[in-house]
Amino acid sequence: MLIKTRDDGFVHPKSSEITPQVVYQDRRRLMRLMAGGVAGAVLTSWATRDARAQMPGPGARLVGRKSTVSGASTMEKPTDLKDASSYNNFYEFGMDKSDPARNAHTLKTTPWTVAIEGLVRKPGNYALEDLLKLSAMEERIYRMRCVEGWSMVIPWVGYSVAELIKKVEPLGTAKYVEFVTLADRKTMPYVGSRVLDWPYVEGLRMDEAMHPLTLLTFGMYGEVLPKQNGAPLRLVVPWKYGFKSGKSLVKIRFTDKQPATAWSVAAPQEYGFYSNVNPLVDHPRWSQAAERRIGEDGLFAKKRKTLMFNGYEPQVGQLYAGMDLKKYY
Amino acid sequence: MDSARINRWLLGRAVKPLVFLSCLLPVLWLVLAAASDRLGANPAEALIRSTGDWTLRMLCLVLAVTPLRIQLKLPALARLRRMLGLFVFSYAVLHLLCYAWLDMGFEVEEIARDIAKRPFILVGFTALLLLLPLAATSWNRAIRALGAVRWQALHRLVYLVAMLAILHFFWMRAGKNDFAEVQAYAGVLGLLLGWRLWRALSGQGRRAAVGHARIDQGPR
Repeated sequence: MLIKTRDDGFVHPKSSEITPQVVYQDRRRLMRLMAGGVAGAVLTSWATRDARAQMPGPGARLVGRKSTVSGASTMEKPTDLKDASSYNNFYEFGMDKSDPARNAHTLKTTPWTVAIEGLVRKPGNYALEDLLKLSAMEERIYRMRCVEGWSMVIPWVGYSVAELIKKVEPLGTAKYVEFVTLADRKTMPYVGSRVLDWPYVEGLRMDEAMHPLTLLTFGMYGEVLPKQNGAPLRLVVPWKYGFKSGKSLVKIRFTDKQPATAWSVAAPQEYGFYSNVNPLVDHPRWSQAAERRIGEDGLFAKKRKTLMFNGYEPQVGQLYAGMDLKKYY
Repeated sequence: MDSARINRWLLGRAVKPLVFLSCLLPVLWLVLAAASDRLGANPAEALIRSTGDWTLRMLCLVLAVTPLRIQLKLPALARLRRMLGLFVFSYAVLHLLCYAWLDMGFEVEEIARDIAKRPFILVGFTALLLLLPLAATSWNRAIRALGAVRWQALHRLVYLVAMLAILHFFWMRAGKNDFAEVQAYAGVLGLLLGWRLWRALSGQGRRAAVGHARIDQGPR
């Protein structure tokens, strides 16, 4: 007989029941060693092992189950956590890509709430703790392509932002979703610089936001997000240039108008609303046909070809069917 | 210390080798750091940018020689000018090599397309081309062959090079609206070029300029 539950079809394990990925991947060696009767020694050595040692600060574990979403787990080699957490753009903490890791320690991530606003049936302030429990955490290993011409492979932890959107019930008139980053002059030293209008605003069309690959992200590399990578929660849209993925989100707004996104306001001729990764549409000042994979391609290696929609064309290509991607860059 | 004593010290035998080694330190450090993987997550970018930064710094140094020489009454400084000028050229060549190799993999066709596509690269490339005749006429016989006046006129190209270098840097940073560093270099170079303009307008420039070209030729 059919047993009806309110579950969405998956049995969600408690996070405490999930084997940490490092242990799982190392299971054979662990079992061999335990069979050899050195369990005690193993446990001590595991406790001091590399995954944590790489962290710039103490990161609490946040592990996701393997995702079943198509395209969610590239087999490419993940970038070193050290590189992914020390080389990125987060203009609220400085212009140089080494600045965020140096300056983001001032960010205060607790307590944290996210305001859901605009054309929704259930607006309100959602506490981080509730958002963490809203859906099962998944690990998504995505390619990340920066508009500047470099790329990484990052194992994120989170769930499809569609899960949240469904819960807050957008109205039929909602056509776009706006994602707003915290802009706190006290803790973010470069908020107030004239580079951009603050707060940092990003946005997606509703169907883009509802796409299962669009990830509401709370962690990476099996731990909560480091502050410089957009703690405590951020967006990751793997088929768009990195700047489309807003960090340290405090507001999600549903609107009927295309959001005025930060970079498209600052330099409209260079950065469009869509900003899909596209090797055929060059940035006005440089080619987007190739990219350098951080930590992977040697100093003298040729750059690798950039893929259409960052390689996610089978999953997201139909969102843009018939659209002139040169015009809507 | 009075300027006569500093001047005497500057004429000492150790000064030129000391300046030479100091100017070599940045490139030595970069090679070492690259070899020991200490250039961060994107070593290619770090190398391209640092060699560009050092070209600009050398340019500031070489253009500071004449103002300092005259304002501080240190004629001996002129001995260092040629070496500093050649370091500007060397760092600029390294900068181009790093770009052509690390960013473009020495693919000539790609480089040509990139230069056409990115005007800021064209500007930087032009600045380097303008440095070529200066480097080529930096030795004593070339100076004598040209004559001090013509040599001097030719080497005023460095003022144009300085302006192109700033434009190159400004344009490169324009995408990020990040101009703090550009302003610093533009300020220094503007001051050094402005000093020359002020001298020329107040009529003190000409005699002195010809004078230091002669010093550069060294003792005959």
